[in-house]
Amino acid sequence: MSVRRLAKEQPASFAFSADTMAKAQWWIAKYPAERRQSAVIPILWLVQKQEGWVSEPAIRAIAELLGMPVIRVLEVATFYTMFQLEPVGKVAFVQLCGTTPCMLCGANDLKAVLHEKIGPKNHVTADGKFSWEEVECLGACSNAPMAAINDYYYEDLTPETLGRILDDFAAGKSPQPGSYIGRKASEPHNSIKTLTDPKLYDGSAAKKIKLPNAPEKAKKGKTAETPA
Amino acid sequence: MVGILEDKDRIFTNLYGLHDWGLEGAKKRGCWNATKDMLDAGRDWIIDNVKQSGLRGRGGAGFGTGLKWSFMPKEVKDGRPHYLVVNADESEPGTCKDREIMRHDPHLLIEGCLIASFAMQAHACYIYIRGEYVREREVLEAAIKQAYEAKLIGKNNVHGWDFDLYVHHGAGAYICGEETALLESLEGKKGQPRLKPPFPAGAGLYGCPTTVNNVESIAVVGTILRRGAGWFAGFGRPNNTGTKLFCVSGHVNLPCNVEEAMSIPFRQLMEDHCGGIRGGWGNLKAVIPGGSSVAMIPAEQCEDLPMDFDALRELKSGLGTAAVIVMDKSTDLVRAIARLSYFYKHESCGQCTPCREGTGWMWRVMERMATGEADMKEIDTLLDVASQVEGHTICALGDAAAWPIQGLFRHFRHEVEDRITSYRANRPHVQGATLVAAE
Repeated sequence: MSVRRLAKEQPASFAFSADTMAKAQWWIAKYPAERRQSAVIPILWLVQKQEGWVSEPAIRAIAELLGMPVIRVLEVATFYTMFQLEPVGKVAFVQLCGTTPCMLCGANDLKAVLHEKIGPKNHVTADGKFSWEEVECLGACSNAPMAAINDYYYEDLTPETLGRILDDFAAGKSPQPGSYIGRKASEPHNSIKTLTDPKLYDGSAAKKIKLPNAPEKAKKGKTAETPA
Repeated sequence: MVGILEDKDRIFTNLYGLHDWGLEGAKKRGCWNATKDMLDAGRDWIIDNVKQSGLRGRGGAGFGTGLKWSFMPKEVKDGRPHYLVVNADESEPGTCKDREIMRHDPHLLIEGCLIASFAMQAHACYIYIRGEYVREREVLEAAIKQAYEAKLIGKNNVHGWDFDLYVHHGAGAYICGEETALLESLEGKKGQPRLKPPFPAGAGLYGCPTTVNNVESIAVVGTILRRGAGWFAGFGRPNNTGTKLFCVSGHVNLPCNVEEAMSIPFRQLMEDHCGGIRGGWGNLKAVIPGGSSVAMIPAEQCEDLPMDFDALRELKSGLGTAAVIVMDKSTDLVRAIARLSYFYKHESCGQCTPCREGTGWMWRVMERMATGEADMKEIDTLLDVASQVEGHTICALGDAAAWPIQGLFRHFRHEVEDRITSYRANRPHVQGATLVAAE
């Protein structure tokens, strides 16, 4: 388990912005009317997007919005590790994956870069702009090592490219997420040998078909093609 | 041609995102073709065909998908609607396949959700995607919007089965990949697994009959029905049929995701698709073949190894999610497994004592094993504790924490012993208590 507590210094109040509230209502509408509580994780996340982190007054406000006891929201906020209970870097918040697949591919070298450029982990720089933490597997293992910076994945990193990305953030730019060795996604780098058959993409797969082993009534049934 | 599977038999034709993920592109590649015919053929026909295809759940446990569907009540009664919940909380270290499905082939998933929901008489389906997949969630939401606008899903859609599809997201908890923890989380609670029974098919989401399936299991259903159960069952060995997405990471020249026939020999998978092991085949040390929760297997057992459920189980490992983590001879295996132990310690939900306390304890001992500071007899104590955590918890996280450690010692115990010996040999004073200099 990871032990997580609310920050010592808390703001006096919290208010939903109009945008956050509109999105929160959109989430609430996804669940049956008497199950509003289901929206608690997405709404905590929206609040974090608005404020940068999750504060105690925000937890109270969410509890009121969803008609939940405050303790239930607190429980959720402290259980799930994506909720930041203290302020994080405003310009770049780096979440470096340190689990074995990334570790095998050099995540520890990336940690050294973060140490040098930002400082110790879970520590915000004096200007409030940068911080980093080590997280567990982010599910992009074929593109290891990688880090999520402000929600988006930066993949196939090296100490040099990560350093450059951080410099770009510091210079006020927004570096592109994605692979930093020029891959589109998780294909073999510069060596795609599968999915090359042009017949897959010429539209022939969309032609009307008869289902194999279809029962009698379906065989003479309606058109196979669904309207666009 | 490389590998076993031909391009014409691949299900995920946009795996690498080189083509349009949107509705037009997906239709051109065959998605949403004849979906109405499938629904017209009836739910028994769908479930029978999925059973005959031999599709086993792709989320790790490998339970028959068709069989799982047939556990749902035959009738909707007592005002309790049926639900389908898709497990897209992909967080098993090494696994990165569902991500590619959701951002590159989302319509295959949406179509599968409709078919599976119809087969189980569910009018609503939730896709629970892990919170970190922000980009993937954006694409999936956009694809669902397209499907609604084209009246493929929603109320009064062209398929004649009212169906609502919602995306829900988590917030960074590995345990929510366990199906009952996922349901708890979807209900807005801490993700702590439930005691079973009742199983989700009896009382799942909001206490209603629910089936939880992995993304890949659902996304392949449309194509299986289009091509026929026999087509899918034609790949792989008996009881291990179909095509499978393999996620290869670690020390290979070209780490990648690739769809291949089940039971492909390990060496062929590596050499045809992944550019071979870094430094050549002889440089291979060990492989974790199915995500971090399964035991590693040493290089000498890998040569002709068919990559499927049964072959790997015989080696006391498992196919899991088919996330292949390759480790070459430069790897410090003890350190690699110690890092996994930290992962399980971090991700234990804290509900059951053997897991909450055991994972932390095992991690601390593994850390000392990795440096060599441990005592020789601690190896047996560690294995004893691991076997006591295993099987004594509500969910399988306790087992998953124990298995990598057991795998390490099954095959590489000598490495740990050597490390402890050499640590002692170089520091004669550390035997027993640490010497403290006199004031």
